[in-house]
Amino acid sequence: ARKASPQTTWMLAVRDKRDRVAFEALFDHFAPRLKGFIMRSGTGSGQAEEIVQDVMLTVWRKAQQYDPARAQVSGWIYQIARNRQIDVIRKENRPLPEQMGEAPEIETDASLRLALEQETEQLKQALARLRPDQRAMIERAYMGELSHQEISSQTGLPLGTIKSRIRLGLERLRHELK
Amino acid sequence: MTAITHHAPDSLLAAYATGSLPHVYALVVASHISLCLECRAAYEAHEAGGGAVLETVAAETVSESLKSRTLSQLDAPFTPQPIYPRSGVFPGPVVEALKGRRPSWKSLGMGVRQCILFANRAGSVRLLSIPPGQAVPDHSHNGLELTLVLQGSFSDETGRFGVGDLEIADQDLAHSPMADPGLPCICLAATDAPLRFRSLIPRILQPLVRI
Ligand SMILES: [Zn+2]
Ligand SMILES: [Zn+2]
Repeated sequence: ARKASPQTTWMLAVRDKRDRVAFEALFDHFAPRLKGFIMRSGTGSGQAEEIVQDVMLTVWRKAQQYDPARAQVSGWIYQIARNRQIDVIRKENRPLPEQMGEAPEIETDASLRLALEQETEQLKQALARLRPDQRAMIERAYMGELSHQEISSQTGLPLGTIKSRIRLGLERLRHELK
Repeated sequence: MTAITHHAPDSLLAAYATGSLPHVYALVVASHISLCLECRAAYEAHEAGGGAVLETVAAETVSESLKSRTLSQLDAPFTPQPIYPRSGVFPGPVVEALKGRRPSWKSLGMGVRQCILFANRAGSVRLLSIPPGQAVPDHSHNGLELTLVLQGSFSDETGRFGVGDLEIADQDLAHSPMADPGLPCICLAATDAPLRFRSLIPRILQPLVRI
């Protein structure tokens, strides 16, 4: 069986041991990507770094909420980053779904976590294989630059439905295990 | 509680997950996800999509001091944001919009009551309570209308909507929802424009009651 990705290992060390070295590793990996992501939608370098700092501090402070069977570190941090951007740019808090109850016996289930990692790896590869125009459209969508109407009229967004199917299967599996 | 049969379409979940959905609709979608595992799974899939974009986007060099500034804050005291759990029929996001208080209902006549959670020029989101057998004020839509059932059920030309079901209506749908027998039907409803009620409340009163 494959081992957990370095990002997952670092994140779990931060969550369970408050490991600062692991946090630095997470920072070194994600801070430059977050800055690139935030600047792509037109934010200047200085403000982008302020948002990066807030996001990474939130990662440290909310680490307890991270569940490797449900989210990859990148997806979890993506959501924190979008919340912070909306907070800063639109001056409003995005309403978030209720947190799901803890499921400790499943949390330790390595097979679910590894399935999720493999799925995310496939997602990254699928993204890399897209035509440049399709890929640009996906990036714009996930940067929050497409409206609901634009997303519904875009037939060139192939990731959503495929991924939701696979994810749904996992979620059901998890539910059945309870 | 019966199974949810009316879900958020993927485009709506994608718009919510990517943060491009206006606030009033985001509140309804977040509430539906709170009640619906299926849509939560699809929403989490879109978070994974966002994560993949984050992983593959061209990185930007960060300034030398950013890391030390961030690390120096790790032990700084901070106030965690309050967590609003579900309360009765109200999912967490609604409880948060109510700031943990009970809704203060305003009568619209005929036993229909509403509680506006948020309204600005871009749209509004409210709780509606409709007595069993009573029609929702006959109305048309200027734009997108999302209605999530929290208690009881209603039926209209397009079907029956029970707890957790989400109805999506636009300007092309002129419907006459009616609360089914049983408990009063409590809904969370968001529109991008003031609802235009055709009866029950004369149009002239609309600014006063903020429908
Ligand atoms: Zn659903
Ligand atoms: Zn309607």
